[in-house]
Amino acid sequence: MSVLDAKIPEGPIKDKWTNHKNNINVVNPANKRLIDVIVVGTGLAGGSASASLAEMGYSVKSFCFQDSPRRAHSIAAQGGINAAKNYQNDGDSVYRLFYDTVKGGDYRGREANVYRLAEVSANIIDQCVAQGVPFAREYGGLLDNRSFGGVLVSRTFYAKGQTGQQLLLGAYSAMNRQIGKGKIKMYHRHEMLDLVIVDGKARGIIARNLITGEIERHSAHAVVIASGGYGNVFFLSTNAMGSNGTAAWKIHKKGAFFANPCYTQIHPTCIPRSGDYQSKLTLMSESLRNDGRIWVPKNMEDVEAIRSGKLKPTQIAEENRDYYLERRYPAFGNLVPRDVASRAAKERCDAGYGVNQTGEAVYLDFSSAIQRYGKEAALVQGEKNASAERITELGEEVIKSKYGNLFQMYEKIVDDNPYKTPMMIYPAVHYTMGGIWVDYNLMTTIPGCYAAGEANFSDHGANRLGASALMQGLADGYFVLPYTIGDYLADEIRTGPIATDSPEFDQAEKDVNDLIDKLMGIQGTKSVDYFHKELGKVMWNNVGMSRNAAGLTEAQEKIRKIREEFWKGVRIPGDRNELNPELEKAIRVADFLELGELFAKDALDRNESCGGHFREESVEESGEQKGEAKRDDVNYKYVAAWEWTGDPGQAKLHKEELEFNDIELKQRSYK
Amino acid sequence: MSGKGMNLTLKIWRQKNAQSKGKMETYNVSGISEHMSFLEMLDVLNEQLINEGTEPVAFDHDCREGICGMCSLYINGEAHGPDRGVTTCQLHMRMFNDGDTIYIEPFRAKAFPVVKDLVVDRSAFDRIQHAGGFVSINTSGNTQDANAIPIPKADADKAFDAATCIGCGACVASCKNASAMLYVSAKVSQFALLPQGKIEAKERVLNMVEQMDEEGFGNCTNTGACEVECPKGISLENIARMNREYLSASITKES
Ligand SMILES: Cc1cc2nc3c(=O)[nH]c(=O)nc-3n(C[C@H](O)[C@H](O)[C@H](O)COP(=O)(O)OP(=O)(O)OC[C@H]3O[C@@H](n4cnc5c(N)ncnc54)[C@H](O)[C@@H]3O)c2cc1C
Ligand code: SF4
Ligand code: FES
Repeated sequence: MSVLDAKIPEGPIKDKWTNHKNNINVVNPANKRLIDVIVVGTGLAGGSASASLAEMGYSVKSFCFQDSPRRAHSIAAQGGINAAKNYQNDGDSVYRLFYDTVKGGDYRGREANVYRLAEVSANIIDQCVAQGVPFAREYGGLLDNRSFGGVLVSRTFYAKGQTGQQLLLGAYSAMNRQIGKGKIKMYHRHEMLDLVIVDGKARGIIARNLITGEIERHSAHAVVIASGGYGNVFFLSTNAMGSNGTAAWKIHKKGAFFANPCYTQIHPTCIPRSGDYQSKLTLMSESLRNDGRIWVPKNMEDVEAIRSGKLKPTQIAEENRDYYLERRYPAFGNLVPRDVASRAAKERCDAGYGVNQTGEAVYLDFSSAIQRYGKEAALVQGEKNASAERITELGEEVIKSKYGNLFQMYEKIVDDNPYKTPMMIYPAVHYTMGGIWVDYNLMTTIPGCYAAGEANFSDHGANRLGASALMQGLADGYFVLPYTIGDYLADEIRTGPIATDSPEFDQAEKDVNDLIDKLMGIQGTKSVDYFHKELGKVMWNNVGMSRNAAGLTEAQEKIRKIREEFWKGVRIPGDRNELNPELEKAIRVADFLELGELFAKDALDRNESCGGHFREESVEESGEQKGEAKRDDVNYKYVAAWEWTGDPGQAKLHKEELEFNDIELKQRSYK
Repeated sequence: MSGKGMNLTLKIWRQKNAQSKGKMETYNVSGISEHMSFLEMLDVLNEQLINEGTEPVAFDHDCREGICGMCSLYINGEAHGPDRGVTTCQLHMRMFNDGDTIYIEPFRAKAFPVVKDLVVDRSAFDRIQHAGGFVSINTSGNTQDANAIPIPKADADKAFDAATCIGCGACVASCKNASAMLYVSAKVSQFALLPQGKIEAKERVLNMVEQMDEEGFGNCTNTGACEVECPKGISLENIARMNREYLSASITKES
């Protein structure tokens, strides 16, 4: 028997959540006031949770490291959010969203959680519209939808290429209402650096005021970690510069199991890297694959001519282009899931067909869509004899109205006009499906400590479908956690305020102070970024899109070595009692240097290919699926939850066996 | 540009903390590629300063793709620098030439005190939102169906355009009066244009404007500098709409 109890409610899958809500404890409104909840993070998950909990009556303290809760990384999400509304009447349903998500995750997610996610998805849209979130609309005044990868229906709601911004500003506004009422106390420019456990329960956190450097104690009856993903372990990713794994890692070291760390999403459509100075990578939303077609030249001479600047992509004739996704996956074409699209791009580039100087880029081409939309618009506007230029002009306007900000972003970075020449794109690290292990109630293995949003592991299995992270963040925060946390807090109504002068708080504060003193005291010769980049290189080369046993073993050794060098050689200028961005980075990188090792260990341990985790040892050898990832359900149909033992290389594995009662396990085919 | 890249002289505002006095310091960087972003150029400078054993320049940033509103910087006398429709993090070095001297200062306004070097405190913006930047609706999910109230596309699009404000503060920094009208009007307009926001429109505009004044932002004298420097193209129309909303709310306030 595993020590892990997922606490999945009994009953048929479609009744589980309703029954569970009916059976769990609730706290009476008068008592809620006496209960404090800490929420670390103000992204979609943390922001929506803080607002909802405060509204229900709890006293909430929220934390973020940015200068305002509105700047959490969720703000950057571009393409959209899924919901099973079936407004397009294309056969969508809760079951279909559930099915697509489980299949998309390559059957490595937890069925009951995913079903609940699909079930509450429709409420999210209702809620956001009521809050004044300006989603895109059709001319009739109703909400518009677009399609995302890995599905055959149109269920994605969006606000141009700024969906995350609009949803986050919705959650931020709900928070503001509660901050104004004094129900949420907001601590911006604060970084949580440890969890405090008293008598086995999460009772507070230690945080650093980033302006003054002061170390503060904050107590509560429950702690929610909604600190986002850890994609920046690769140094280069589409995440914001500050996104980090520290909050999750600190609770891991205090007893929360870390699940499936190796499940990372490498997003197929990002702007290729341009030089060593590069500080981050920029996503071009998956929504672009609704209208963009991906290709490389068929002939090597054309590739060479393009690289040497002798030929432009627009000069290559249709028959000399290889639309490799349409060729390999006729059913889904350009809308295959991300893991599949990324590997296919890598395959073409590894074969030598990459179209830029580094050989790591493919085209994303809008010319067909511009023509199609242009002709349609001309007809609608009654311009029967529109000229070719006029059609192009009209078509470009349509594209602009759908993706204007993305095209502008591209043009500013690359200095090339994507309306006229195809975009160049390449895969980049984007999202982490792995994270803190949680049960059905979103509680970690530490009583009273919860994890929500990208910080937890639960819903996306080994590969997340596009537009599902925003859905999960808001589902967790608005609709799941506010119920499930009550079940735990119902036993806390007589506890009274949690004191911060206990020995446990003393110790946790001392640990944080010691850590900072130790870092400041090294006074080595190399910057924090130097070590972060070294780690990133190992992660990308050995633990990236394609992994094998030798490379993963080597990665663990190399990371250990970089970690040792970091603790001997890092230089942090300035003082600890002031705003010190280098110190902030150093604390985060110290944790990445441990997390990275566990990541590689987990990837080595999972000797199968599933979703974004591709093991070269596990590939289909023959038949229609030749060359595709080969899952191993006999040996690996489990969640790998790792327990901290004092050394990431010695973490102890616990398995949560996954059961699939409502969906048949199948080879995932998008052919 | 290729080969060795640009050599630049940087004049940067250094200030230890809110209490101390600051001053401009001069630095040189070389080998700057035109493909670098402005902040990547500052990364190069900071790496250099760390290697020399001195303190790097503190500046705010996070997403580095023009959406979080965290980056600021007043570059050569313009908020977010010489390019139009972009934030500092989206500004690229191809906008500059070899041998240039670049002046880099924090956003300056009474309501945005300097925290350190180029970092300022913009929490006044948040406090204005606490006063009314929301629709008073509970997050129960038990609201009506999202399609129950159709919204004319034109209104929805205008509301969206107003809602794209990133809260960066460039409008304040560019205004000779340090007025926050563009920022506040963007939120007021977004809600005023939507049926969901109309119900509390009066209280909202009165409360937000009152808080804006309390924070020490200046008056609007219609110079329009804010619209020019706004990286998100927030239109002056929003200020006009807010003025109308404010006027009608003040007239009908308590009678
Ligand atoms: C460029 C981009 C585009 C995307 N587009 C889409 C999309 O179109 N659709 C979709 O579904 N998903 C998309 N995603 C994924 C999605 O945006 C994220 O997974 C999701 O927003 C994460 O939300 P979150 O609330 O879990 O965390 P975040 O939004 O990352 O928030 C983390 C919060 O935690 C705080 N925090 C972290 N550590 C600490 C600490 N130690 N102390 C205090 N505070 C801390 C931060 O300040 C922040 O407030 C995109 C992601 C990226 C990078
Ligand atoms: S109105 Fe424009 S300049 Fe002002 S805060 Fe908003 S985005 Fe920035
Ligand atoms: S860093 Fe986010 S807008 Fe510039």
